[in-house]
Amino acid sequence: MPADIAFERIYVELYQQVLQYLMTGVTVGSIYAIIALGFVVIYNVTGIINFAQGEFVMLGAMIMVSLYKNQVPMVAAFVIAVLLTTIIGAALERLAIRPAKGASIVTLIIITIGASITIRGLGLITWGPNTSSLPAFSGDAPLVIGTASIVPQTLWVLVTTAILLIALYLFFERTLLGKAMRACAINMSAARLMGISPSVMAMVSFALSASLGAVGGVVMAPTTLATYDMGTMLALKGFVAAIIGGMSSTPGAVAGGLLVGVLESMGAGLISSGYKDAIAFVVLFLVLFVRPNGIFGGRDTSKGGL
Amino acid sequence: MRHQNRIILSALFVVIGVLPFVFTSSYHISVMIFIGIHAMLAIGLCLLMGYAGQVSLGHAAFFGLGAYASGILTASYHVDPWLAMGLAAIFTGLVAFIIGKPLFRLKGNNLAMGTLGFGIIVYIMLVEMTDLTGGPSGLRGVPSLSIFGFTFDKDIKYFYLVWALALLFLILSLNIVNSRVGRALRSIHGSEIAAEMLGVDTNKYKIQILIVSAVYASVAGSLYAHYVTFLSPPPFGFKLSIEVLVMVVIGGLSSVYGAIFGAAATTLLSETLRGTVPKLLSGAGGEYEIVVFGVILMVVMIFMPTGLTSGTLNLVRRWRQEKALRVETREAEDGNAVTGVPRVPEGRTAIEDN
Repeated sequence: MPADIAFERIYVELYQQVLQYLMTGVTVGSIYAIIALGFVVIYNVTGIINFAQGEFVMLGAMIMVSLYKNQVPMVAAFVIAVLLTTIIGAALERLAIRPAKGASIVTLIIITIGASITIRGLGLITWGPNTSSLPAFSGDAPLVIGTASIVPQTLWVLVTTAILLIALYLFFERTLLGKAMRACAINMSAARLMGISPSVMAMVSFALSASLGAVGGVVMAPTTLATYDMGTMLALKGFVAAIIGGMSSTPGAVAGGLLVGVLESMGAGLISSGYKDAIAFVVLFLVLFVRPNGIFGGRDTSKGGL
Repeated sequence: MRHQNRIILSALFVVIGVLPFVFTSSYHISVMIFIGIHAMLAIGLCLLMGYAGQVSLGHAAFFGLGAYASGILTASYHVDPWLAMGLAAIFTGLVAFIIGKPLFRLKGNNLAMGTLGFGIIVYIMLVEMTDLTGGPSGLRGVPSLSIFGFTFDKDIKYFYLVWALALLFLILSLNIVNSRVGRALRSIHGSEIAAEMLGVDTNKYKIQILIVSAVYASVAGSLYAHYVTFLSPPPFGFKLSIEVLVMVVIGGLSSVYGAIFGAAATTLLSETLRGTVPKLLSGAGGEYEIVVFGVILMVVMIFMPTGLTSGTLNLVRRWRQEKALRVETREAEDGNAVTGVPRVPEGRTAIEDN
């Protein structure tokens, strides 16, 4: 029956397409997850949503690209990019957040927005408005898995996300510094009584979050083009992921990131690519409508849960 | 308080009435028209942010909705511009009402991101719904405004129209601020839990004030549409939302008048930067001015969380008090050298601070 065969072919094609979109979605989603983790780390320790989170990703990617262009070896460029961004993150906390100690949430929001705009503008002055690209870490020859093909850089993104997750888990569970940060997240005053300095922990959380963002930026740079204004959208998507994940939970943030990535990729492929950037926010509004504390969040999102 | 308001308002009326005769060039008048349009946006955000303490990073969306609703109704469907302006305001207010409910479930941080997301969705829709909005290539042929055969075709006529409406919004807002609703909003700003304890329906007031500020922005958008007669998405993007935020931070975190001052300062700064930055940095485009806004936001919020104008006023007041204190201390020391105890009662500064 020819009609049946035709139908089957369409079905198989659709299946392959969906598989491809799923792959893309998981890759992009991993990046969102890394950014969401950055939000969660700062939020848990300080209660601040850092609107400059996307700028860390941009800095990581752009520093990496410009070092690479100046013949610095890949590995060295990677380390320098992450270190520099980490220092910038810590400096941001010292110079902009610390002096406003005791300020209201609204004030802190506006400060981090100001920081985000300033860093982005300085990026524009330093690197100009043009996009720049970074070659993939291990070639561009696609790997074929089943019926879908993936670029090797995808694997880099996925593996990096996994490593970061494990590293974060070990950091928060096994190291003294990580435990001190968790203590601050759970109860600031009690932590202070135990001799932990919340102000140092706040700086560490910004530094940690900046290095997370920078690593994300470096591994994603080869998959997209790097520009001075790449951070805004990424930060927003990462934030949506963090909200879906309940804002204070690490696994939630990762699940949220993957969900946003996959929905976005499916929506762009199957519905319309023009609305791609709107999908995350539609998801955000739906989640907020149904479960304001996020799908994976508990009742109280204000503390604990790292 | 009422009396003081009346004096400030009359002064404002006179200054605005005279301004077009002082700055007569068409460039200056068009800048002043934009200041008026921005002032409406800033007054709305001032109510929402300065009084109710709710951040909005998507204010440009309401402005865009108003502008495009007016533009589409008049250019494509030939609806009477004034009717269209009203319909646009109702439509934008309705949108604010619908998104207000889920948005205000969010507190502080999340609200800011939620409104930012809303702004981006609206912007994408303006670009993508090409059948309706003309997409990136824009919407042409928005007619000029006219009333009873009197056309607002010259800039100077439009100047008075825009500012008449801006001042109307100012007076409306002053009334809101000095009413029961205004006190309720300030109580929400102070502490939402305390406000709820006192029987303030915080959600209701927050949504109401969001609708008011959305309607202001919508009317501003309609006026913008009829002034430039051509609409394209870029002016309604994230940058405008930030500019309105800067306006409020400069002037309007604690005063509605300040919002007008902030709108004027920001618009003039933006115009000046557009002129001077490319000369200082070779090859620099208009985008660079946003760095200056970023720095302003940070510095003002770190050192003067109540806003630039009221922060400066507080500094001046404190300086005067200290000076008065020093003088009195010296007098005391002169008159009573034995003890040297200043005659100023301890509680004095605390009382005057309020």
